[in-house]
Amino acid sequence: MTDARKSGGSTVALRDIVVRYPGSDRNAVDHVDLDVPPGTLVVVLGPSGCGKSTLLRTINRLVPSESGTICVDAQDVRDFPATQLRRGIGYVIQAVGLFPHLTVAQNIAVVPQLLGWDRARIAERVEELLRLIQLDPQRYADRYPRELSGGEAQRVGVARALAARPRLLLMDEPFGAVDAIVRSALQDETVRLQRALGTTILFVTHDVDEALRIADRIVIMSAGRVVQYDTPLHVLGRPASPYVEELLDTKDAVRRLSLLRVRDAMRAKAVDGQSQRISVEATLREALSAMLDGADALEAIEDGRPIGRLAFDDVRRAIVEST
Amino acid sequence: MSELIPALRGHVLLSGASLAVALLLGIPLGAWIARSPRVREAALGLVGAARVVPSLAVLAIMIPLIGVGFAPALVALVLLAIPPIAINTDLGLRAVPHAILDAAAGIGMSERQIRSRVQWPLALPVVFTGVRTATVEVIASATLAAFIGGGGLGELIVNGLANNDVASLVRGAVGVGVLALAAEACLSLVERRWRGRWGTGAA
Ligand SMILES: Nc1ncnc2c1ncn2[C@@H]1O[C@H](COP(=O)(O)OP(=O)(O)OP(=O)(O)O)[C@@H](O)[C@H]1O
Ligand SMILES: [Mg+2]
Repeated sequence: MTDARKSGGSTVALRDIVVRYPGSDRNAVDHVDLDVPPGTLVVVLGPSGCGKSTLLRTINRLVPSESGTICVDAQDVRDFPATQLRRGIGYVIQAVGLFPHLTVAQNIAVVPQLLGWDRARIAERVEELLRLIQLDPQRYADRYPRELSGGEAQRVGVARALAARPRLLLMDEPFGAVDAIVRSALQDETVRLQRALGTTILFVTHDVDEALRIADRIVIMSAGRVVQYDTPLHVLGRPASPYVEELLDTKDAVRRLSLLRVRDAMRAKAVDGQSQRISVEATLREALSAMLDGADALEAIEDGRPIGRLAFDDVRRAIVEST
Repeated sequence: MSELIPALRGHVLLSGASLAVALLLGIPLGAWIARSPRVREAALGLVGAARVVPSLAVLAIMIPLIGVGFAPALVALVLLAIPPIAINTDLGLRAVPHAILDAAAGIGMSERQIRSRVQWPLALPVVFTGVRTATVEVIASATLAAFIGGGGLGELIVNGLANNDVASLVRGAVGVGVLALAAEACLSLVERRWRGRWGTGAA
């Protein structure tokens, strides 16, 4: 399948970005610097109105920045016509924004059409994408958006954004409007897609669990500024300020980890004998400390013998699932 | 009976021509209104004021201005048909959810593409409803055109009144009713098929 082929991810670099909306007395985005390595899933987290959407929308130039530069793959986004830039960057929004007068297939085909692909190639791509988002092309291609469930519509929104194989995907609270069960399925699917395609993703949310669950890195914003940009492990274990601590309720997360044991979260496989050891009876809080001190993964030891492995992914799943 | 067919033809011709001109003027007018809140306010005020003037009075005003016959009747009917068309065009264009227009811009459509591929297609059903309203109003009001010599089924009614010919009067009245209902039915059918599965209006 062509989708197994990695189209790779963009590098994104923001330098000193400032956005002020007309008539406002403060900056919606206030001197933001951000470097996103290729193929990472970066979650932008913060309370309502802190400038997350604005920041995202400066990248595809839906919002002009007053000063600063934005480079995608080392090219200034202002070097292209805005339409051309946007056709190369996937964009998914909370309200889905599917075109109600077009079928699922036609919705997905919009960007390839704008790019002038031929019909056969578009049809093939649409089918491929429907399979990728796990909707049966036979059943779904000719439906209209109002004939879809909320979760299905969101997936079609993602497929539409992926249609032209963008190396960068901007997602603005894409799963805000669906219920918790569907949301966690969509989150897992996003991570799966991201791993498979190698796409760089900037993902806006104000849901802390969502951020912890999917992020490679988390950007924490407050009043237009970035207050911490780090891995979930470090954000959780070493919050940069009381604001971050409170926003993520890190104390509560750590308290919950102290109630869980390595035994409950580890995976019974892939013992390499190289990693640092920890008792299966140790708490996840202790495991987190070891990871903060530099251990990538831990070997779980019972009666002096390694029986499993614990990585940060297992710890964060435990946090999210214990809420 | 022999005068029914020409009268019907005249009625359809007058109504059709009026609607065609009203579409040509009303849709661009509605699009213009949709872009500017200030223009909208002015336009709606004007329409509101115009509404209280009865069609017959409009027709009567036409006589000193452009005389009697087909042309003044057409002008009067065009004036009557423009408001529902323009208002619904404005409504339809503005009812397209912001998120959809935002998504269209976000995936790289140019402003023209957004208008032609997203905003207008989504507004059309609402515009069409305005056209339907205008059609029925024009067909009904075209009856009055006979009073200023514009022809149509109203002539049968005018003659019937003048000659005390109840049969002619009834033919004229029933003719207008049937024509209006038929037009309404046809347009509703088109509208329903058109809206099809993708839902109602821009919602
Ligand atoms: N089009 C606009 N015109 C003027 N001000 C705006 C506009 N869009 C957003 N703002 C303001 O800019 C600030 C940041 O808004 P933004 O939408 O980026 O916040 P957000 O972090 O995405 O919030 P949410 O989580 O509620 O979506 C807010 O104070 C908001 O009121
Ligand atoms: Mg937002």
